[in-house]
Amino acid sequence: MSIVIDNMTKSFGGTPVLRGIDLTVESGELVALQGPSGSGKTTLLKIVAGLEWPDAGALDVHGTDWLRLAAQDRRIGFVFQHYALFPHMSVRDNIAFGLTVRPRASRPGKAQIAAKVDELLQFLQIAHLGDRYPAQLSGGQRQRVALGRALAIEPSVLLLDEPFGALDAAVRRDLRAWLRNVHEETGSTTIFVTHDQEEAFELADRVVVMGDGRIEQIGNADQIHDHPASPFVARFMGATVELPVTLHAGRAEAAGLDAGRLPRRAQPDGPATLFLRPADITPVADPHGRWHVARCDSNGAALRIDLTDGATTIPVDLPRRAPEARGLERGARVLLRAEAGALFAAPRRAQPAPAVRTEYPKEKAV
Amino acid sequence: MTAAALLPHAPGQSRTVPRLLIGLAFVLTAIFVVAPLVFIFWRAFAEGWAVYLKNISDPMTLHAIWLTSLVAVIVVPVNIAFGIAAAWAIARFRFPGRKLLMVLIEIPFSISPIIAGICYLLLYGRQGLLGPFLAEHDLKIMFALPGIVLVTMFVTAPFVAREVLPLMQAQGSEQEEAAVTLGARGWQVFSRVTLPNIRWALLYGAVLATARAVGEFGGVSVVSGAIRGQTNTLPLQIELMFNDLNTTGAFAAASTLTVIALVVLVVKAALESRR
Repeated sequence: MSIVIDNMTKSFGGTPVLRGIDLTVESGELVALQGPSGSGKTTLLKIVAGLEWPDAGALDVHGTDWLRLAAQDRRIGFVFQHYALFPHMSVRDNIAFGLTVRPRASRPGKAQIAAKVDELLQFLQIAHLGDRYPAQLSGGQRQRVALGRALAIEPSVLLLDEPFGALDAAVRRDLRAWLRNVHEETGSTTIFVTHDQEEAFELADRVVVMGDGRIEQIGNADQIHDHPASPFVARFMGATVELPVTLHAGRAEAAGLDAGRLPRRAQPDGPATLFLRPADITPVADPHGRWHVARCDSNGAALRIDLTDGATTIPVDLPRRAPEARGLERGARVLLRAEAGALFAAPRRAQPAPAVRTEYPKEKAV
Repeated sequence: MTAAALLPHAPGQSRTVPRLLIGLAFVLTAIFVVAPLVFIFWRAFAEGWAVYLKNISDPMTLHAIWLTSLVAVIVVPVNIAFGIAAAWAIARFRFPGRKLLMVLIEIPFSISPIIAGICYLLLYGRQGLLGPFLAEHDLKIMFALPGIVLVTMFVTAPFVAREVLPLMQAQGSEQEEAAVTLGARGWQVFSRVTLPNIRWALLYGAVLATARAVGEFGGVSVVSGAIRGQTNTLPLQIELMFNDLNTTGAFAAASTLTVIALVVLVVKAALESRR
């Protein structure tokens, strides 16, 4: 079941949320839609589900025009972030729901439905919970039930909207591995929405990074991590340190910066911006260095260091046992060595951009 | 304030004020609520069981009880249907006039019922706007059952909607969306997902609407004409008997109305503990 989305647009009350989406998901593929909130990823998922309708564009699933099909007729499994279980039904009845609402002609018999539910309960490792009610379950158990309910109708496409967003970190890791197994066993074409990068990369065959209603980049973890297609993706992937540099013969140059470890770029000379992750910066002791250590905190495994040149401050993450960490204390002077980074030509605008953006990446919930 | 909050108290904190307030609440409730209720039954039975039964089984009173029940039986189901439809529309859809609809639903709460009665009279009465048309087609709305039903409907319109709407808004539409993706059709979504979720609020609103429908006096008194044995509802019958100086009879009839109210109250309390 391949899904072909073609030039899809959608706006809510004049505010565009999708600005022309082209995406093909191959049969049996597991694709993650990733992006900050408001990037349109959930809207796109809901359009595929038939819970929202686009203003323009095409949605073709295995040769069928799905925009002519009501949600009921698409046979999709949809899993909500907050489970959306039916509170007045037992776990069994929840899972059986999609089978019991079928028209009499295509509805399986009672015994068949019960057998199917039993099989799913086993498969989802919640066999002992069949007679409980949703309110008596933990978050992780509820999400398993929700997935079971979606799988019961043997969906052609499985859609998950932030499936683990409401769960704590340990349960999330557990369910992630488990979902990967479920996908491998069922082989269903799956799209899931997440704002958690780790989750997206660990689970998905391909990750689609969305920003402001557009697809910014499609690729696997390494591609997106090492070669962000735009400043937006670079920032989104945690490269929150932006240094203004000058490109000269394919190399970035700036005071107090050693970019010798970055490969030469086939980009024209001129002003550019170097995007760096705090973990890809190594402070190298240098008595005449432009930067000095303003703060240095340890969390045991890593040092979180603030470097400043008086005007701007940039964060650096350094393993505590790294050789460079020795002798790093407040006031020590250093220069920056970039281990990896992304370069983009500076926008041709007259106004000077702020010299350095200092923003810690969002605390990862791990 | 609960007893638990009162009892292990901080040193130096006065217990007198809370005790005084609690005592005051009890005394005032007793004076203004309990005493009149007890008085109704006391007066109803003042001349003994025999007289009470005779008063209750008076054909005019029996007819009033019957008419009042009939009105409630017609009005409450209509109310439930209207309430669900209105709450559903407001909670699930965005449409022009949505806010206006929310305000309109509340109007019967803020308007005196007698004004509703007069409006209906001016609309459907013999001298009213639609009077000639109705007379031509031999339709009698005023001083007949349809008028009483219409006014009672007006007065009780907000009850179900007001109970169901907040719940539907709080629950959101995710469960319904889930049901749709699982293949459920409109009616299945409603009967198997929406309705079970709102059932207690719905019942609660229906109970309140019933109590109001049974007890409505002001609006009905304008449109019913209070024809004994024909368009006299129980509250009107009580007033008539009272004006006839048949105090014991009035209190006997009032006691039936009170019993209905008490039953409603108990059902309401039971429902509240379920929610």
